[in-house]
Amino acid sequence: MSDDVLRPMEEREAAAKLTGAWHEGEGILAWLSATGHKTTGRRFVLTSFGFFIAAGVLAVLMRLQLAVPENDLIGPDLYNQIFSVHGTAMMFLFAVPVMQGVAIYLVPLMVGAREIAFPRLAAFALWMLLFGGLLLFVSLLLDMGAEAGWFAYVPLSGPEYSPGKRSDVYAQTITFSEISAIAAAVCLITTILKMRAPGMSLNRMPLFVWASLVTAFMILFAMPSVMMASTFLIMDRLIGTHFFNPAEGGDPLLWQHLFWFFGHPEVYIIFIPALGMVSHIVEAFARRPVFGYVPMVLSLAATAFLGFGLWVHHMFASNVPQLGASFFTAASMMIAIPSGIQIFCWLATLWDGRLVIRTPLLFVFGFIFTFVIGGMTGVMLAAVPLDLQVHDTYFVVAHFHYVLIGGAVLPLFGALYYWIPKVTGRMLDERLGQLNFWLMAIGVNLTFFPMHQLGLEGMTRRVYTYPPEMGWDRLNLIATVGGVLVALSVLLFLFNLLRSLSVGRLAGPDPWGSPGLEWATSSPPPEFNFALPPVVTGRSPLWEAGEEWPVVTGLKLDQREVLITSVLDAEPDHRTEFPEPSIWPFLAAIAVGLTFIGSIFTPWAVVAGSVPVAITLIGWFWPKPGEE
Amino acid sequence: MSAKPRAALAALALSLGGCEGPQNMLDSSGPQADTIEGLWWVMLTVTSAVWFLVVAAMLVAIWRRRVRAEALELSGEPKPHRRERSLGIAVAASVGLTVAILFAFTIYSFVLERRVFAAPPKDALEIQVTGHQWWWQVRYVHKDPSKIVETANEIHIPVGQKVTVRLSSPDVIHSFWVPNLHGKRDLIPGQEAIFWIEADRPGSYRGQCAEFCGWQHAHMSFWVHAEEPEAFQAWLEQQRRPAPEPPDDLTRRGRDIFVTGPCAMCHAISGTTASARFGPDLTHLASRTTIAAGTLPNTRGHLAAWIADPQSYKPGNRMPPTFLPPADMQALLAYLETLR
Repeated sequence: MSDDVLRPMEEREAAAKLTGAWHEGEGILAWLSATGHKTTGRRFVLTSFGFFIAAGVLAVLMRLQLAVPENDLIGPDLYNQIFSVHGTAMMFLFAVPVMQGVAIYLVPLMVGAREIAFPRLAAFALWMLLFGGLLLFVSLLLDMGAEAGWFAYVPLSGPEYSPGKRSDVYAQTITFSEISAIAAAVCLITTILKMRAPGMSLNRMPLFVWASLVTAFMILFAMPSVMMASTFLIMDRLIGTHFFNPAEGGDPLLWQHLFWFFGHPEVYIIFIPALGMVSHIVEAFARRPVFGYVPMVLSLAATAFLGFGLWVHHMFASNVPQLGASFFTAASMMIAIPSGIQIFCWLATLWDGRLVIRTPLLFVFGFIFTFVIGGMTGVMLAAVPLDLQVHDTYFVVAHFHYVLIGGAVLPLFGALYYWIPKVTGRMLDERLGQLNFWLMAIGVNLTFFPMHQLGLEGMTRRVYTYPPEMGWDRLNLIATVGGVLVALSVLLFLFNLLRSLSVGRLAGPDPWGSPGLEWATSSPPPEFNFALPPVVTGRSPLWEAGEEWPVVTGLKLDQREVLITSVLDAEPDHRTEFPEPSIWPFLAAIAVGLTFIGSIFTPWAVVAGSVPVAITLIGWFWPKPGEE
Repeated sequence: MSAKPRAALAALALSLGGCEGPQNMLDSSGPQADTIEGLWWVMLTVTSAVWFLVVAAMLVAIWRRRVRAEALELSGEPKPHRRERSLGIAVAASVGLTVAILFAFTIYSFVLERRVFAAPPKDALEIQVTGHQWWWQVRYVHKDPSKIVETANEIHIPVGQKVTVRLSSPDVIHSFWVPNLHGKRDLIPGQEAIFWIEADRPGSYRGQCAEFCGWQHAHMSFWVHAEEPEAFQAWLEQQRRPAPEPPDDLTRRGRDIFVTGPCAMCHAISGTTASARFGPDLTHLASRTTIAAGTLPNTRGHLAAWIADPQSYKPGNRMPPTFLPPADMQALLAYLETLR
């Protein structure tokens, strides 16, 4: 028999056996026990998207309040909770986890693995994210929402100026979401370094995988800083420590340093995965590999390193010594270089490519148009004299929404249009998609461009109202109209998605003619991802291999066996068996969650909670009967 | 920056929203704000040019697609890439230009930073500003304690002189910002910040707290009145006097209501027994243009409304409502109006 007859037969037989080994099962218990990376990744994205919509509703409420001067729609108490929860949710519950969710879904497929490393830990990360987010939003409904901003500067968030439980809720939401982020980062790093398909040496890794790797390492270094800060805060509030109390030798600036040591890298933690997404979209729709693979990878890594060296530019208005401020000015200017390199490489790719304009590519155009404005204002903010004028004004609000929406949300929507067919097996409607793009791009610019001018004209941030004689009303009204357009565009996206599930055109394995391994399997992929795991011979496997590509054989098909490869060159190293689905990650998350929520009210919750946490962890790690 | 592009950009900005106003960094009225405004126009010009070039390159790349007759299908074979060298040169040149621009910006920023933050002269007029939730305590220091002036939410400075501002906060972090004069500076509990401001033309400039400080962060503004040195000295002399003796029975009754009633629990009026420090010093209340940290104009009607029900104008502020019979209220208002 010839090879092309043999391969499908071999594949069908393998698939039948693999289904038995990798099936997640049915029923509520199986649903809660599911640990497959596609299930976890899908749930991660859905959960964080739910928080995105909830926080987006809060944004619309703020825009309605600010539409006219001296509006009494929302009072100061509620407004402060709304903007605090909006920021906290967008940063901790949407932007970071949605990118991690996409990575949890896509990275194992992109590297040709059957599963993510430590799938139970990834499931645990999901539940922690869900519980942390519910804590934040349920508290808001109970009039216990965070009230000191997502940055929660002490002493305003401290025991004396934020009585009640609102700031404790904030602190524990952070602890939840950062545990989730760190757990997911560990899974991603291990998958990327040890589970790549044979032949996928580091210099052949897809750019989104590189971006996920860099981001995951940043998470490992940045998140502990903010978790420590939030723990200090809750200790100051709960058990009377004085980390931030100047009267007892503490220092309010300590909070700012710990917070921004995390807070600035956070921006890049959100933005770098989006850069990876842009590279994949550009590659597929320009019909050529991205120009400058090596500079692109080095730029990602450089951004990650520099990203840790500019946190003080958030604190130029405090008593920073001049020489110190100058260092952070230079670093903040310097980080524009790797971003610039990447923009130029994409432009070169678009220039040389044969562009096929579809919705995902439109979002990339929108990204370049919008993000570069945010980058330019970022360069301005690096200059201390100018920063001191526009710091804490609407100019900065405009800047970081241009960077985060332009730099991360627009690429994310492009990525959703690009990869959802892989997840659901059905195409989103192209015309609705293009309408979605124009509504969102116009809405975002209409909302945030006028805010630059508002900042220059003196409008400070975090004000619940403003006097009519300041002349800020017209631009605020324009911004509100833009905000409504953005909300409509998100609704349109949801409509397009739901519609596609029933009437969308079937996608097939590779609807865009893309080069990556994730397109080498069916849409949606089977639970084991690949019946015959691929072997990689280049950076664009599907474009280089033609109809046939070499595959991995010799893995047990009736067990959850995966291939572990070496870090640098992805040479096969050994085989290992992966764990079955398990209810324990869910139970452990409940135990940890109850401990954290209890600790908002009494420090003894930490002591009492350690018992169920220990029990669930023992259950989690108990060896399977029959294992040696 | 030369006058021409500056004028053109100013016209552009005017068409967008305006460069004039009492709280506007583009309406600079002092040497520091002027320097920073210059930096703004330079950076805006250069970064706008870069943005236009990037977007133009993108649009040309999209346009080139249309003029080529090649099949525009996803199923088509990926393009063999042969022009890597010329693309590489273009990218490298763009990166080189970026690095040069950023380097120039950095040096320019350093130079200007050292200019606007140079230490103030030792003999400069010194003002202590203390931020409270949610008002500004202002004190003109003097070696002779009887010449110390205490006021609130209003700062007078002489034109053409550097004025040292000493900033501190007893509660939470605030930020002192008068955009027409200078950038902002934080007031951090447990620390003292010193910087200086200068106005080069007379005028009234609005300032506002720029660091989120709780419920009434939005209503924590103040005014800086820059006056010719003689007018400033006259104002300072006036402020140094204790409150005038009430001229008639009505105002005497008003004073008695003040010093024996709830007002004196928080406020001070020098020359009377009211000396509490919790709220603003009211010795020369009638000389101020606004009340409640810039929230309301200082008129008899607004003052009456504020005293009766401060929580409806500035919810959450520390002043409780005061219930006075109408006759007592009129007497109190009459007295407060004598505090020039």
